[in-house]
Amino acid sequence: MADLDAFRSETRAWLEANCPPEMREPVQSEEDVYWGGRRATFKSDAQKAWFEACRDKGYTVPSWPKEYGGAGLSPAEAKVLREEMARISARPPLSSFGIWMLGPALLHFGTEGQKKHFLNQIARGEIRWCQGYSEPGSGSDLVSLQTFGDDQGDHWVVNGQKIWTSYADKADWIFCLVRTDKANKYQGITFMLFDMESAGVSTKPILLISGNSPFCETFFDDVKVPKSYGEGIPAQVGEVNRGWDVAKYLLGHEREMISGADGGARTSAIGAAMKRASGELDPLLRAELAMFDVDALAYAAMGEKFLDEIKVGKAHPAQPNMMKYAGTELNKRRHEMFMAAGGSTALEWDSEETRGGARAREWLRTKANSIEGGTSEVMLNVVAKRILDLPGA
Amino acid sequence: MPLYHNEDQAMLAETAAQFMGEEGAIGKQLRHWRDRECKDGFGHALWKQMAEMGFTGLLVPEADGGLGMGHVEAGIVLEEIGRNLTPSPFLTSSVMAASALAHASDEARGRWLPGLVSGDSVFAVAIDEGAKHRPERIATRAERSGNGFRLTGKKDFVVHGASADMIVVAARTAGADSDEDGVTLFAVPRDAAGLGHNSVRLVDSSMASQLTLDGVELDGDAVIGEVDGGRAVLDKVLDAGRVGAAAEGVGVARGAMDMTVDYLKQRKQFGKLIGEFQSLQHRAAHLYSEVEIARAATIKAQQLLDGGSEHASLMASVAKAKVGKAAGLSVKEGVQMHGGIGMTDEYDIGLYMKRDRALAEFMGDVYYHADRVARLSGY
Repeated sequence: MADLDAFRSETRAWLEANCPPEMREPVQSEEDVYWGGRRATFKSDAQKAWFEACRDKGYTVPSWPKEYGGAGLSPAEAKVLREEMARISARPPLSSFGIWMLGPALLHFGTEGQKKHFLNQIARGEIRWCQGYSEPGSGSDLVSLQTFGDDQGDHWVVNGQKIWTSYADKADWIFCLVRTDKANKYQGITFMLFDMESAGVSTKPILLISGNSPFCETFFDDVKVPKSYGEGIPAQVGEVNRGWDVAKYLLGHEREMISGADGGARTSAIGAAMKRASGELDPLLRAELAMFDVDALAYAAMGEKFLDEIKVGKAHPAQPNMMKYAGTELNKRRHEMFMAAGGSTALEWDSEETRGGARAREWLRTKANSIEGGTSEVMLNVVAKRILDLPGA
Repeated sequence: MPLYHNEDQAMLAETAAQFMGEEGAIGKQLRHWRDRECKDGFGHALWKQMAEMGFTGLLVPEADGGLGMGHVEAGIVLEEIGRNLTPSPFLTSSVMAASALAHASDEARGRWLPGLVSGDSVFAVAIDEGAKHRPERIATRAERSGNGFRLTGKKDFVVHGASADMIVVAARTAGADSDEDGVTLFAVPRDAAGLGHNSVRLVDSSMASQLTLDGVELDGDAVIGEVDGGRAVLDKVLDAGRVGAAAEGVGVARGAMDMTVDYLKQRKQFGKLIGEFQSLQHRAAHLYSEVEIARAATIKAQQLLDGGSEHASLMASVAKAKVGKAAGLSVKEGVQMHGGIGMTDEYDIGLYMKRDRALAEFMGDVYYHADRVARLSGY
């Protein structure tokens, strides 16, 4: 306990010295988020300084081991760092699917060579990753995916199409589910890593109802994927044809991330901000806001409990599905509240005052929360079967 | 502090689950006393057994003969009380009155706490005036009289009032009914002259008093805490009651949910187990999610209360409101998913619905606490 107190005061001092004031302001737009990668640019000197300080300290991935670019913090220390960062509203120094998704998969399934090579790249923000999972005919029923990798000895030739690939047009590399055995549904998929600059890869952004294009269609036309990137660095994570195990493990992480349980769960009531923004609240709107805040503050406690339990292996393996369901439904409700409280101002689509209709666009964006990474209905199926042990297929 | 039970707490939970599951079971306690139209609404023998387990003095400091534990531990016992619908004066005596007595003089603690620890005494708390919980407004008056006070007024929903050896009464010694200051707490013994009970049976078979204080004369040493400064103690008693009722509500919610999920795995219609139907699976899974979240909020509130956090009172209201919603959903879905059998007295699911209804009102309902969350948050 005394060590932890010492760690807290050290951390507080370090944050004070290294986190620029600008990096303690709320994220206002996509530009405020630093994703790293070959083509990355910094929006400001403060963003650059904050990222570099964290990178050098291992704080882009605080709980990863030091040899892979992390700071090797214990779960208790990582919680202290999260709390101290939340206390000053520090922005995440680096956001990336490498940190949230590929990293955890590599830590669990990767070879030593893969960990040293890829994890360090992720931690240092050198490579921006995207995820190739869904296909036009394989959404909720992901395991039916058809993108095929033809075995040519020392390489595969990959053909097919992915969809809903987040930021595929901005990513450097992809971790991708590819069928390598057509006769075996579950044990015929390989979890492959390859460069998006490979010949035959092309992307096409999808325009969404929000007017933005965070997702792409991704096409593979005779893409040659080498089976190895050097001594001890195979191109696939886990065994060939056993990629579904990796995918399932990773979906758990994706669900945690989307549910906001990764320490980012919001812990303050939104009603007061709504009142400041809109003046006197309509009594029934106030009542709905109060009911929302009860649910949101209770959910924040659940997020904390879930994270604490997962660290020591106490959480039910299917619990992320429940978190994802509850968290995304809550977030959709939050944005319905924002829109209701904002009135006609919140409808503005491109005015400067609304930062280009940020509120309306984000409201529309949240509608995908309960679809991406497994729909709410699929989450409820999983909870019913795996946690409540209800019968049936 | 991690938001789950540590090893000692997990052991207590196991002990409490076993004890309440056996000794506090529905057939052995709730139905037994209900069917005999018991005037207490609970069994004194079980209360003594709970004392032998150390439960009754859980929150009482070790120096006063108790175990000196916290609200997390009290919540563990309450969750099992809720799960088994065990009628007992634990919440009013060991949680709420004990929280008040923590601020009492050495003499008062010496007079009342040994009986609580030994299970010989039962306490109640008289706060509400009227059918709804409005503790911001206290109209019952206490006027100076000789060396002591003279209390006049009416109190409602005093659970276990007629069985109580002592009732903690919130009265006004100064100011207007809705003033923050000017409130004083009193320990009123059962034999005080002028104390009248109209003891009524509630929907869940518990007994509650409408209390009349008709010039009740008390010595100065009946005061708990400071004269006119009782609001601070009252707030602590209220927070303890909110969080305690929430914990019991979590037990009710989980008990009803487990019964219902079991039923879905047994009942066959159209040649299938009804638990195979996706419409019911989704509702059960949603219910699970709500109950888990309510439980997390409750444990968080308990920890904040034990840690003396400034956010404890807000979280107490969050927990009470969230549990009100989740437990309400659990018993309603429980009766509906049981179908016709859920409407019968023979089946226990209806008892969960009744207990939830009474617990939802106790120390403020969902609407009161959601409103309080808004007020405390600045809107």
